[in-house]
Amino acid sequence: MNQELLERVRTRLVSEGREPEFAHGLLALSLPRPALLDTVRLLKGEFGFDLFLDVTAVDWPGRDPRFDVVFHFYSTRDHVRVRLKTAVPENDPVVDSLVPLFGSAAFMERECHDMYGIEFRGNADLRPILLYEGFQGHPLRKDYPKEREQPLVRYRK
Amino acid sequence: MTEHAEENLRNPVRPAFDTPCTEDGVIVNIGPSHPATHGTLQIIAELSGEKVVRADVHCGYLHRGFEKECETHTWHTLIPYVDRLNYCSALINDFAYCDAVETLMGVEITPRTRYLRTLLSEYSRIADHMTCIAASVMELGAMTAFLYLMTIRDWIYEHLADLTGARVTHSYGRIGGLAHDLPEGWLDRLAQILDEYEEYVGRIHGLMDRNRIFIDRTRDVGVISTEDAIHWGFTGPMLRSTGAARDLRRDTPYLAYSELDFEVPVGINGDNYDRYYVRMREMDESVHMIRQLMQLLPEGPINVDDRRCAFPEKPLVYTEIESLINHFKLVIDGPQVPAGEIYLAHEAANGELGFYLVSDGTGTPHKVHVRAPSFVHMGGLHKLLEGYQLADVVSTFGTVNMIGGECDR
Repeated sequence: MNQELLERVRTRLVSEGREPEFAHGLLALSLPRPALLDTVRLLKGEFGFDLFLDVTAVDWPGRDPRFDVVFHFYSTRDHVRVRLKTAVPENDPVVDSLVPLFGSAAFMERECHDMYGIEFRGNADLRPILLYEGFQGHPLRKDYPKEREQPLVRYRK
Repeated sequence: MTEHAEENLRNPVRPAFDTPCTEDGVIVNIGPSHPATHGTLQIIAELSGEKVVRADVHCGYLHRGFEKECETHTWHTLIPYVDRLNYCSALINDFAYCDAVETLMGVEITPRTRYLRTLLSEYSRIADHMTCIAASVMELGAMTAFLYLMTIRDWIYEHLADLTGARVTHSYGRIGGLAHDLPEGWLDRLAQILDEYEEYVGRIHGLMDRNRIFIDRTRDVGVISTEDAIHWGFTGPMLRSTGAARDLRRDTPYLAYSELDFEVPVGINGDNYDRYYVRMREMDESVHMIRQLMQLLPEGPINVDDRRCAFPEKPLVYTEIESLINHFKLVIDGPQVPAGEIYLAHEAANGELGFYLVSDGTGTPHKVHVRAPSFVHMGGLHKLLEGYQLADVVSTFGTVNMIGGECDR
């Protein structure tokens, strides 16, 4: 693992007033929503984080802002990972989409939108992907009861 | 017609396009109930003649709320669910998940378990690649090759059943170790199967590699460049087939991979033939690794001596109150994982299998998220289909090795 590169990324992010920290082999950074897209551009353009691994959200009911949106990136050249995290409130769960930068973001953002109702500004195609058209609610939110069923076809008696 | 037929049955998907963009365009629906889509994928394609102009890929027909379900189980009892992600190589999922939880807890597994997990991961990888190759060549009509590969794969499954008690979904990993040690004679049978493997896979090479029909159906079909592959998030054999030697076993070694001698096979131009061939070569490398691991495998305990996650010995549970309480606490409350979050990835048969776990300090996960390679690959599948023939959909989709269990979760 290329610790030296992560150290450089860290120094650079600190110089922009952020507080990244190392956690279990990757560099983790919490940042405000407006800074997301620029930071990702910086990571991709300057430090070679070219593989967008994953986006998901974490629901913290009772906390304000309620959701964390979590992104993971990997550098195929230097074999290191970065995690970005940004908090969004329940009444305005919007973050910028990474589709302009990574094609793989399209599907993963659709999944995150399905499961948590996070809106990705700039992703024109947020149709359901794992769920189906007309599904009510967002099943991975903590207030969605596990037992709730919404069959498309009525159960056989 | 029953009374339900009257009900307004809604279409579960909304196609991205419903009018052709070309003059002679026709929109066809492929799947989800079609043998070549492995039962769970739907492709809505616009054809111009026989050529695919646009493709809209839909998955989710096997969605069963895996991540939601995990949030109501203890860290231990969700292991059987993890098995059902990539059910062709269930052990890799087990070990990746256990590794993530162990790292979060700060548990270091014993040397024997470390080597055994590496060995079994490679063994599962062979089974997984065999399933993929067998299915994809069968879809092109190569029935003999399919049967040869299935023969070996079934020996592997039976052999794993000797070890774990189940053919496909083994639930063999445990946080801090394994369910139990190897049965007697297991390694001898392993050596036999590896010898048989060479014989059978030699036949596959003979049947397929220079087969005119196979080459015509796969060479220069479903081509993707390294740059595009990374842009669309491809990992594993899909990425390596484009020529990029990216393999987590080599790049960020985990388990015992840093001690092994192996190559990372790569393709030349990222087409279906390369994906076939990279998988064939990877199986050879896995065999090479397993043979080394059989030599390296040390004696010793398989479970860590850490009462936070490992169950006490049964005789102690029956005779000692502390162990009895410990056992109950582990069953009822689950292992207490310190609050925190972790992303940990293993090189699964299909690519980077990542577990993102969030713990709130209790015995039940706050969140379990899986970065499933198949799901990400489906996001870029249309790039492999567009511009090729309709019949190539079958061949391309076969070599992508979409596993519904991990794609749809």
